[in-house]
Order: sequence, then structure tokens, then C-alpha cells
Amino acid sequence: MSANYNSTDLGAFHNVWVFCEQRGGVMTSTTFELISEGRRLADELGVELCGVLPGDGVDGLAKELGGYGADKVYVCNSPLLRYYTTDGYAKVLCDLVEAYKPEILLFGASNIGRDLAPRCAARLHTGLCADCTHLDVDLDGYAEFLRKEFRLDTDGMSFTSNLFDASANLKMTRPAFGGHLMATIVCPRFRPAMATVRPGVMKKRTYDAGKAASVEVVHPAFSLAAQDIQTEVLEVVKAAGKLVDLIGADVIVSVGRGISKDVEGGLKLAGELAEELGGVVGASRACVDAGWIGADHQVGQTGKTVRPKVYVALGISGAIQHRAGMQDSECIVAVNKNETAPIFEAADYGIVGDLFHIVPLMIESIRAAKAAK
Amino acid sequence: MKLFVTVKQVPDTSGKVSVKPDGTLDRASMQTVINPDDLNAVEAALQLKDACGCKVVAFTMGPPPAEGMLRELMAMGVDEGVLITAREFGGSDTYATSQILAAAIDTYGLEADDIVFSGRQAIDGDTAQVGPQIAEKLHLPQVSYVGAIEKNGDALTVRRLLEDGYMTVKVRTPCLLTCVKELNTPRYMNIREILCAYEKPLTVYDYDALKDHPLIDAETIGLKGSPTNIYKSFTPPPKGAGRILEGSDRSTTDELAGILAAKHLI
Repeated sequence: MSANYNSTDLGAFHNVWVFCEQRGGVMTSTTFELISEGRRLADELGVELCGVLPGDGVDGLAKELGGYGADKVYVCNSPLLRYYTTDGYAKVLCDLVEAYKPEILLFGASNIGRDLAPRCAARLHTGLCADCTHLDVDLDGYAEFLRKEFRLDTDGMSFTSNLFDASANLKMTRPAFGGHLMATIVCPRFRPAMATVRPGVMKKRTYDAGKAASVEVVHPAFSLAAQDIQTEVLEVVKAAGKLVDLIGADVIVSVGRGISKDVEGGLKLAGELAEELGGVVGASRACVDAGWIGADHQVGQTGKTVRPKVYVALGISGAIQHRAGMQDSECIVAVNKNETAPIFEAADYGIVGDLFHIVPLMIESIRAAKAAK
Repeated sequence: MKLFVTVKQVPDTSGKVSVKPDGTLDRASMQTVINPDDLNAVEAALQLKDACGCKVVAFTMGPPPAEGMLRELMAMGVDEGVLITAREFGGSDTYATSQILAAAIDTYGLEADDIVFSGRQAIDGDTAQVGPQIAEKLHLPQVSYVGAIEKNGDALTVRRLLEDGYMTVKVRTPCLLTCVKELNTPRYMNIREILCAYEKPLTVYDYDALKDHPLIDAETIGLKGSPTNIYKSFTPPPKGAGRILEGSDRSTTDELAGILAAKHLI
């Protein structure tokens, strides 16, 4: 940390920053979610929203960030930034933070964001909240969030603190203990307040072509030499076979332990139902741990958070870890043999029965309903 | 060469979890387990020990009963344990925790050919932050989400898992790796090691043992020194009860299809 940088000098820090993650010159979809969310926070604070975009020849991506709400994008091009390395990216990002002093710094909670953010927080001597699912600056907005999302009675709640100004600090909300508890975290004594944000949770704004055209692109001075980077990337390999895009899917049909008596048959039925509904197949952690299906299908606290229009849970008991990843779906349908399964507490519509019996009937009924339209 | 492993005793969140009326976790009613990803870190170190014959030292920060967990790890083959325990360290967030662990590792002695293994993340907080933060505090290169390790001399070739594939990364010792469950299958305790587990050295680092280390500053450790604070915590209420459709035959699925069609969902 340079001598003139002091993370406790709160008044010196302004603006909201988003680390913009690209892989192979393609922006991750989570980055657009973060830019959209960052726009809202910047408006609540009345400051600028800036993206930081390290890469190699990535100027062309800045416009798109503007389209989702960025006022300004700091682009750092270098052959040394072509592939992600902790050392290279952390040096560039921390040096920029020390020079420009943003008050809030957001990252996607991807395998890259969750590698980079803690390294930077430790270097910058500030706090970092992991895997957030909600962010607020405005206190009224935070109270409304508690009322609407959690049905908490906020009238009797005290939102002030004698230790810090609650209305000026970023309030970072996240699940803990496998989703059994929600915690709202603040970083009152240091800046920037840093957070990684769970992919798929923040809503993307509508793309604004006018804003895209007017985004300010800045090429800040930065220094990075090969010897700053202690690791060497030998190869980058994309997974063979197409990974399932759970986050972008409108319909997800997920399977759980209920398929254990005929795993292959259960997956086939789920696939057929998903195809009939125009969706993809998801799975509970139990199925992934058992090796029945790839980890890219996993929905839940340790998997992906999804909010499709229709979520069908087949033979999933509905442990809180699973519900944490799907409970915001627009319409949840559960099929389970056990009428006391907790999944029925999360479901809009439940059918008590064996999935191997029910799913073929569901497919017939849906076909008939579509034909009748 | 020494291999360090950072481990944490955590409440078992996969079992029954009870929450007290004030919204905090009722830890007394819960089982504790060794954090699952940390077992993969222990196994990675033990496999390297099997190949090179070096010493494996497990570090944990927690209340005194965490010694039991260290003894279990010794029964798997870990050679030494370091228990970091002090009231002053309680309530630390990830930043403060990483400073204390880094100070402990440094106090024990970190040499050029050593490797620190951490689990990817702990199931109580799911942050995945302490490993990288220790690496920064010790100025070590880090590789997180490690799914495979190959060692040639002082260089390690590791597979770093990404959501859409992986990277192969070369890193030299000393370094820190965070391990995922795909890396290996943790071994069980074995009889020979169980018999000598209680004879293996266990060092306790209390506040006095670490307080003079440059990373330990009363202003930046423990609850008071942690950069992040809990503002509010609460339990998510269950969603309003849905409707169980009657029966389990074609008329039931027809009713469901009718509802979905009426909502323009199909």
C-alpha cells in the first residue's frame, strides 16, 4: 500500500466501481448484472458508476458496459492481462483503487471474482462481504426490502447505530449457514466497501443504446511487468460438451434423490418434461454429489441461484440449501412422494405422488393443453 | 519442505439447524464437523507427504475443544497441530482471521519449499476469502479452486477450476492452494495413526504467543478490529403455503397444465 493511501480516510472516497470480468474477450453476463445494480447504487449516492476492465485489446467491450449503465470505463490493456492471473489483475486493480479511491467496489462471485476480491481487500486493508444477494445504500429501500422479501415487521426495528451512520454505508445482505440465516453486513470504518455478488441474482437493466454511445472510455496509466506475476497460465480449456445454462433458462426441471431407484430413467423423464416445457434440467446437490449429473446442473446455495418462470422440482425434498437457490422462481411446482417434504413449503403447486408415475402424465397433460390453445 | 493445512471446525449445516429467537445460530444444539473442503486440503497434503516424506502441520483457530478435531486429523496422518485460541481473536471476520492465521504460520516458520493448503470455503460462512487473504498477508502466490496438483521439484502444475472449464497454472513454492472436493477423496483415520494421535505434538498459540507479530494489531483483530460488522441478521421465513393439488392421476396433471396455461407459462 502506498504511503499516501489511507483506507480509513472515508471522505476521500467517491463513486461506485465494478470489476468487469471478461473471458477470452467476452464479457460475463454477471458483469452486466453488476453494472445494472451498480447504476442503482450510484444513483442512490448521487455519484458516478465506473467499470474497470482489464484485458488485452478489450476497448470494444466498453460500449456494452455503458449500455447497461456505466458512466465511465477504465480500460487496462496489456498482453500480461490476456488471461486472468491473481497477481496481474490484483496489482492493476489495487493501483487504480489507490489512485482514484472509489467508495464501493463490486465483483461477480465467480471463481475469478472470488479469487481476486479477497486478495485486493487484504492488500487495500478494507472489508469484503462474500456472495451478496442484495445491496442497499438508501435506508428506506433497505427497510422495504426486509418487508417485501422477508415479511419482517420493520416498524419496531431500529435502523440506527451509535457506531456508524447506517444511512451512508453500503448494506450488504447475504445468506449464511447454508441459507438458514440472512445477515446484512456493513464496512463502516474503511473504504472501499467491497462485495462479491452472486451471479444470477441482480436484474439486468434494459440495454440503452444512447448510453452505450456516450460512455466515457479512459485508459489510465498503470504499470505491470512480467515479474509482478508469480504464476504462469499454461493453458485455458473450455469444458467439453455444452454446459447447461441454468441462469438464462425460463424453465428448469430439477431432479433430486427421488430418482435413485432408476437414475437413468428419472433423468430421461426430466429431460422429456424439460423439452416439452422448453427448459433445461437442473439437479439437487445430492444428485451431483452422487455423480448422477454434472455439477453445472446444480441448483442451490453451493450451486447456482436461479429464478426461472417455471421451476419443477421432481423428487427433491427441499433442504434449505436447495430452496435458497430457487425460491425466487416465478412459479414452483413440486412432485414428491412424501407429503411432508419441505419442498411443498416453497412450492406454489404440489402433487403428492411418485415422479415416475406423475411425470409421464404431466407430459401428456401439457401436450394436450398446448394443443388446445 | 513442510506442508501447512488450515482447517476449521464448523457447525454441520446439512443437518438440523436451529436458530435462536434473536436470529443467531443456536450452536450448542448443533453437531460440529471438520469443514468438508478442508478435508480435501488435508488429503492433498497427506498425498504429497506419502510421496515426499515431509511433515504436515494443521493450523486451526477456535475454542479449546477444537483440539479434538486436530487429534482426528492426526489420526488421518497429520504430524503436528497448532491451535490458535484467545478471547482477543473471537469474532474476527475473514480479514482479521487471515491476519491471525498468517501470523501463526509465519511464527511457526515458513520456508522457501513450503506449501499452504486451505479448503475452498467453509460451510458456515461460504466466503472462500480466508485462503486468498492469508496468501496476500504472507506475500505468497495463490491458486484457488484447485482440482488437480502435480509436483516437479519446486514447481507445481495445478488445475484451477472455472465455471466453464479450467486453467492449468504453474506456480513455485512457497505458495498457497485452495482445494475443492473434485481434488481427491479424503482418507479415513487408520488404526496405526489413531494409536499415536495423542502423542503427536500440539502447540497452542494464545494471544501472548502472537501479539508481537507485526500482523497482530489490537486495532485489526477480533470483533472490534474486523473491517466488516454484522448490521442485522434474521431468518428467512418460509414462502406462503402453496396449494397441494388433489389426487395423483391424469386429472391432477390436467389441472396443473390448465393453471400453467392460464398463467401463460406454457
